[in-house]
Amino acid sequence: MLQPIRSLALALVCVFLFGVNGLSQSTPQAFKGAQIIPISGEPINNGVLIVENGKITAIGDENTRIPRNADVHDVSGKVIMPGLVDTHSHIGEGDGGDRSSAMHPDVRIMDAIDPRSDTFYKARAGGITSVNVMPGSGHLMSGQTVYLKLREANTTEDMLLYLDDDKTIYGGLKMANGTNPIGGGGFPGTRAKSAAMVRDLFVKAQEYQAKIEAADGDESKMPSRDIGMETLVEVLEGKRTVHNHTHRHDDILTAIRLSEEFGYKLVLQHVSEAWKVADEIAEAGVPASIITLDSPGGKLEVMDFSNKNGAVLEEAGVLTGLHTDDGITDSRLFLRSAALAVREGMSREAALESVTLANAIMMDIDDRTGTLEKGKDADLIILSGDPFSVYTHVEQTWIEGQKVFDRANEDHKKYATGGYEVYRGQVHTHHEHGMEN
Amino acid sequence: MKLFKQLLLIPALLLLFGNAEAQIAVKGETIYTMAGDPITDGVVLIKDGKIERVGAASSVNIPSNYEVHEAKVVTPGLIDAHSVVGLAGYLNQDHDQDQLETSSAIQPELRAIDAYNAREKLVHYLRDNGITTVHTGHGPGALISGQTMIVKTAGETVDESVVVPAKMLAFTLGSNLSRAISKPGTRSKGIAMLRQELIKAQDYLEKRNSEEDYSKDLGMEALADLLEGKLTALVTVHKANDIMTALRLQEEFGFPMVLDGVAESYLVMDEIKESGFPVIVHPTMIRTGGDAKNASMETAGKLYEAGIPVAFQSGFEGYVPKTRVVLFEAGVAAANGLGKENALKMLTIDAARLLNIHDRVGSLEAGKDADIAMFDGDPLEYVTNITGVIINGEKVK
Repeated sequence: MLQPIRSLALALVCVFLFGVNGLSQSTPQAFKGAQIIPISGEPINNGVLIVENGKITAIGDENTRIPRNADVHDVSGKVIMPGLVDTHSHIGEGDGGDRSSAMHPDVRIMDAIDPRSDTFYKARAGGITSVNVMPGSGHLMSGQTVYLKLREANTTEDMLLYLDDDKTIYGGLKMANGTNPIGGGGFPGTRAKSAAMVRDLFVKAQEYQAKIEAADGDESKMPSRDIGMETLVEVLEGKRTVHNHTHRHDDILTAIRLSEEFGYKLVLQHVSEAWKVADEIAEAGVPASIITLDSPGGKLEVMDFSNKNGAVLEEAGVLTGLHTDDGITDSRLFLRSAALAVREGMSREAALESVTLANAIMMDIDDRTGTLEKGKDADLIILSGDPFSVYTHVEQTWIEGQKVFDRANEDHKKYATGGYEVYRGQVHTHHEHGMEN
Repeated sequence: MKLFKQLLLIPALLLLFGNAEAQIAVKGETIYTMAGDPITDGVVLIKDGKIERVGAASSVNIPSNYEVHEAKVVTPGLIDAHSVVGLAGYLNQDHDQDQLETSSAIQPELRAIDAYNAREKLVHYLRDNGITTVHTGHGPGALISGQTMIVKTAGETVDESVVVPAKMLAFTLGSNLSRAISKPGTRSKGIAMLRQELIKAQDYLEKRNSEEDYSKDLGMEALADLLEGKLTALVTVHKANDIMTALRLQEEFGFPMVLDGVAESYLVMDEIKESGFPVIVHPTMIRTGGDAKNASMETAGKLYEAGIPVAFQSGFEGYVPKTRVVLFEAGVAAANGLGKENALKMLTIDAARLLNIHDRVGSLEAGKDADIAMFDGDPLEYVTNITGVIINGEKVK
């Protein structure tokens, strides 16, 4: 007697937690007829993709067995590829460190994100399923970033992408060099001072780390807790990646120099003059997260920006990803960014990787997303055609087996096109926050 | 001294017209003439800077002394119906930002020709993207920020580039006024200020038209030109209520007008259509914030469908990207309800008509300026490149 009641209660809890969609997870979803671009291998024409319990359970040609109880989606003529991964975005209406200091390793953007922000709907409409949301670039260290899976969410926790089993790390650390962090007050006045301030803090973090190691588990010998230092120790231990905003060729090399001195994992962000130092970046083995833009200019530091960066970095053998830097470019049109890289000579294959696998690798989430492979999260997008065509739309976005965007539904489509009172949230305006691009 | 001056003039003239004298034939697998159906395997002959002949390759004989260029797709040079390039520069430093003077809210006397930098990188950037004609000048951000002009994206001085030296007066209604301008503080105060100024201009015009003496005032001269229809009001406005205010203001003073931006035009489409005024629609990819919060990528298509004359703009950008490119904006509009052929029309002949320069540009027809863009595929596709640009019969890319 108790048993059925408990089951019912459990089912109700499930509905409450996951919504009605959550229950259908147990029914396999089969997509057939599309060209599947798995990224991990050659495109499959007329392919079949099976999704069950949020994971990809099979991918193959038309002869792939479809479970008898599956919901079959005939997507003939469409293109399926992995959900897009964005390594640098400002969606979610978060913030970061304030003007009290140039370095805020203690500050988490996690504590400022609005999970109901319509900017998340825009990102889903653009096919983005995983994203690194960062504080701005007006500081040497503006705070901890957050890696999100854009599941339908009630709380920011619902979206977190944990990188460790203890669920303590779910993002990187945002750093910046060049002109953005330069200013008055406690901020550096020159580039050399910027580097010295960062080095000084990392030296302190090394000392803090040494004290922890010397304590060897003895609580009484542990240094008093310093949440900024704790974050930097995570960086020194390679558990937390530094995302370093940088534009000019010499600043790019400075970012690499500091990462080598302290041995931390680095992703170069923007890298506007990458084409001048592509071989040096390749030599250092550091990945580059770049952007494509409709025109160059806007500030002195990016005078030599080029949309050719993608092609040049590919040629040099650098792991290259693209980002939106939303609101600099629009999450709804993230695939367009990759197409603009192709326009300037990047290969189609590398450009597809640059919005999927390459970014997943940079965020250490490539074991679960970024390609369509058996066992990975069922994060996928269904396109009306060629990923690089202006006429192509993202028709559906699926995250872990749940459909989170469907262009056929007017209530969803409006987030892709815009319209009257569709967006309530504020687009992150870099301009007003002191040149944060 | 006089002779010396004349001697100087000769190389200058050679520099100006030397290249234009080269006769050119442009062969295209598809030629969008914008004057009839596209021509498959066509030829455009160019002589002395003008289009000499357009037709099928089979029917047009290319004289042996013509320099031949080939392209997959050929269109008329593209037209950006509203920009600030040349006044607003690429560096985004104080010394290259002349699109907005903030010393007062109404300054119709400011001429675009006195601030245009023909060598500006952003102008060349647009040119390299197939844009050969730009309506540019003072930007949004003041009730009346100044005058606009029409230029070709070729030439090294404003005099070499200019097509129409004074075209419109740039108005801004709504909340998008520069914070550096202290007055007005509200929408209604702004309209009161404009009305008072236009009433003054009515009196001024009356004096100007009578024989009586009057002291010349540059601002009043420009407003009197507006009231006489020699200049057109370019009213940048986004919200539906502000669009209605623009129509109300126009009705009171009877000046020619172009509505610009109009993010919420879909709410007052009938009223706009009824007014008969054309629209330069906001960039399709405009950031959805401020007065343009409710912008939609489908608006260009809806305006077109309603039969309202409409053209594309690059608009004004304060940061990154420093300018938009109408070719890109047209592509995204085409994919959101407008369609490819309509988008190409809006980029060329429709924009030329809206700016009243269609006797010179906007289509490939004998006698028109030889302004041509060449592409290696569908012009609107993201991955298509511009392979050549010709302005006034001179290959500039």
